[in-house]
Amino acid sequence: MGHAAMTGTELTVRIWRGQKVGGFQSFSLVTRAAQTVLDVVTEIQRGHEPDLAYRYACRVGMCGSCAMTVNGAPRWTCRTRVSAVAKKGMLTLEPLRNLPVVKDLVVDMTTFFEKWQKAKGVFEPGSAPEADFVIVKPDNAERQAADAGIECIGCGVCYSACDVVAWDHDYLGPAALNRAWTLVNDVRDKGQSERLAAVAAVGGCHSCHTHLSGTEGCPKNLAPTYAIAGLKRASARAAMKGTT
Amino acid sequence: MNSGLFIAQRITAVILAFAVTIHLVTILYAAQQGLTAGHILQRTHGNLAFHALYSVFVIAAAIHGPIGLRNILREWLGWRGHRIDATLFAFALLLLALGLRAAIGVYVA
Repeated sequence: MGHAAMTGTELTVRIWRGQKVGGFQSFSLVTRAAQTVLDVVTEIQRGHEPDLAYRYACRVGMCGSCAMTVNGAPRWTCRTRVSAVAKKGMLTLEPLRNLPVVKDLVVDMTTFFEKWQKAKGVFEPGSAPEADFVIVKPDNAERQAADAGIECIGCGVCYSACDVVAWDHDYLGPAALNRAWTLVNDVRDKGQSERLAAVAAVGGCHSCHTHLSGTEGCPKNLAPTYAIAGLKRASARAAMKGTT
Repeated sequence: MNSGLFIAQRITAVILAFAVTIHLVTILYAAQQGLTAGHILQRTHGNLAFHALYSVFVIAAAIHGPIGLRNILREWLGWRGHRIDATLFAFALLLLALGLRAAIGVYVA
């Protein structure tokens, strides 16, 4: 359905209220042209329910803070048009899956980012950092592999979409492992053996079932599943060489 | 699952792909030819190639199966720690003992 066709029609929005225990609250709105899901939530918060909790910052797909579950699928709501996801004039909005709910549509992202640290998703300059700029050619194979995953905005959509995260709470998740893979391909980084050991440990890359849920849902069209496959190869090679 | 288990599961998967194919072809051949148990044992008796194939098959299965089962128990029942490793190691030994017993049985029969 085109955006113009949606304008002025009735939209029923069901929003999760509460924490782990709670329920849905329904609202009736009128659709507007080029309206995003975040616009809808903001309209409800400003016009109907001032105590509705949700999170956003940039509104242009850069900050990664506005992700929610929209009609059963995790999405970045600032760049998701209502006309693209509403089903029979209905929107059901819930907090992201796999993370504890703080209130309404807000989840606690602490575990998500702790797992980035656990996956050694931080650049390691080593004890003696380079004195001058390192020349990294853009067409270098490692740089291209890093570039393929570098635009992650940390929205948590892949983490919420991933079934393995739901089953295994130790699992680091697609985003943390994707970040680790970009650093494995960073020729300046000096912490590779520790990183490969970290991503190969319990709950690491080898736990991935290659369901591609994180890749399917990524709003930046990244492919964390391929990053994880790269980590599997790299960590297996390192284990056979005995370097981890 | 760590890298060692990952590598072991992938290598045994390759072995099992060949072993299971040969096993199925053998079953189909035996069924098509109408071979009795006695006829089959006549062919397997003292057949070193057959015995080697099935021994490798059993060893690969005893490694591959418990690793997969370990993942399932971790994800679906939340098992953790040494208890799961000890249980699956015992299961691997059981598979190995039963499988090798059968492989030796048809070799010496």
